[in-house]
Amino acid sequence: MEYTKNDLINFLLLMIISLLIIPITVKSGYWYSSILIPWLCLALASIGQQIVMGYAGQLALGAAGFMAAGAFACYNLILRVPDIPFFVALALSGLIAAAFGILFGLPSLRVRGIYLMVATLASQFFIVWMIDKFGWFKNYDSSGIITAQDIVIMGKSFTSPLEMYLVIVFVVTVLTLLAINMARGSTGRNWMAVRDMDIAAESMGISLLRTKLQAFAISAFYCGVAGALFAFTYLKSLEPVAFDIKLSFKILFMVILGGLGTISGAFIGAAFILLFPVLLNSIGNNVFHGAIDATIISSIEQVVFGVLIIIFMIYEPLGMAKLWDNIRLKFKKK
Amino acid sequence: MAQERRFPIGSPILEVKNVSLSFGGVKAITNASFSILTHEIKAIIGPNGAGKSSMLNCINGIYQPQQGSIIFKNELLSKVNPNLIAKKGISRTFQNLALFKRMSVLDNILIGRRLHMNANFIQVAFQTNKARKEEIENRKKCEEIIEFLEIDDIKNTPVGKLPYGLQKKVELGRALATEAEVLLLDEPMAGMNVEEKREMCRFILKVNDEIGTTMVLIEHDMGVVMDISDNVVVLDYGKTLADGPPSEIRANQDVIDAYLGVAHD
Repeated sequence: MEYTKNDLINFLLLMIISLLIIPITVKSGYWYSSILIPWLCLALASIGQQIVMGYAGQLALGAAGFMAAGAFACYNLILRVPDIPFFVALALSGLIAAAFGILFGLPSLRVRGIYLMVATLASQFFIVWMIDKFGWFKNYDSSGIITAQDIVIMGKSFTSPLEMYLVIVFVVTVLTLLAINMARGSTGRNWMAVRDMDIAAESMGISLLRTKLQAFAISAFYCGVAGALFAFTYLKSLEPVAFDIKLSFKILFMVILGGLGTISGAFIGAAFILLFPVLLNSIGNNVFHGAIDATIISSIEQVVFGVLIIIFMIYEPLGMAKLWDNIRLKFKKK
Repeated sequence: MAQERRFPIGSPILEVKNVSLSFGGVKAITNASFSILTHEIKAIIGPNGAGKSSMLNCINGIYQPQQGSIIFKNELLSKVNPNLIAKKGISRTFQNLALFKRMSVLDNILIGRRLHMNANFIQVAFQTNKARKEEIENRKKCEEIIEFLEIDDIKNTPVGKLPYGLQKKVELGRALATEAEVLLLDEPMAGMNVEEKREMCRFILKVNDEIGTTMVLIEHDMGVVMDISDNVVVLDYGKTLADGPPSEIRANQDVIDAYLGVAHD
């Protein structure tokens, strides 16, 4: 796979925006800690969901479980391994989540579709239960909420919103590039072959067992790293409740709305799901001056998501990423 | 076919011996035996439900026959799955098209190169030299196949958007890309018009002639079968009814009866 000139230009543009323009222009901590940081963390988890669902076609629902595994793995590694570099701890957390991914991917060898979705729910409940049940994971903290350690890289601690944002941009950039390489290369092709027609894929020499478990493992790796970042930079605390089934569904919606089978869809979907409630709130506050009750606004949010998912499923299964492509093509033609 | 062949027909490469397959009480294949010779084009014919596709599925490892044995290159194939069979050098196409619909023509054919690409996912993720090199080499091979099948203009189109005849061609391309020694073609010309059929025959003959690939094809068009195959095996109610060169098959009274539907006593 070769990168085209366009790919390079897009990459440079994104890097300039995220490393120069945003740090220089955005001064308020709110934007970093409430929007950019969670967006990038959840986009990373969406890439994980995208790999297993959009590319390998395995309906899995348990991203938040793997995120919890990654978050608590990272906490324990930093707590128990003296002087472990942050990035090493992060990578190891991803690998630990990947091991869970393989374990909970096993049902995919027997069941598919909606049944697999139910089977993978086990990961969601088991991992969160396990962390809750055994005090060791929480270092026998009785309060239930543990404060995350500071991120220390090469002796410097990254604690301000901007600093944490830069750490995340680095991790997300590297992992996204790797994901794009896999998706465009032979690895991604094998996933898609299994998704589109498994029996033919097998007849061409693709091992279903290896390919499916590989997708589950890599997906869980991404979710694990995302979970660790999510806990350390956004929540700044570790509590199993934060990684409940609602978060799994949120990530699922991000992937569906963003566009199944595209890496960019993970980012677009995450942005939409995250920003839409903010937008609704500010409309509620600024246009209706608080005349609409906050509970109604959050209900409207649910309704809109539901309707949008139905609309996208029917008219544009490839999601917003595809819409965006269509718009771009139209402008190019003119 | 009297003319000199670059790859003369040789000894048996694939032997089917007394194979029986049943699904519950339904007998799909009953004690069928025949062999396929190296470099030949062998047609499997028979009325609907005669067990032709089931036979290919047995050879391909999708079904496991309850009785009998299948021997490929003097090796008994037992406890196999399609993945293993592919590695041994048998590739196939499917009756009802089994393409990767959302992938492009080129990507579909690239999947055929799966067994020639060994880079693991880490090498692919980091785009190491090995991964880059094998991708380029295999893409080149696929471009050759695309050129051979004359489907250059659609190589980036998602396969699901193509008309049926072209999809059949892509599936043949994918099977060719494997460079398997034996190709199992399940009705490669079903639903095609005369023109498309003629073209498909040309491709099959050309591949057999130029690379020497052994072809096993199921086909209903008797004109095509008699034209291109070296040998024909006739299945009826899961049994081998006849096996021999086209001229013999044409004159065989049992075969004529089976096709005209004489009452079985």
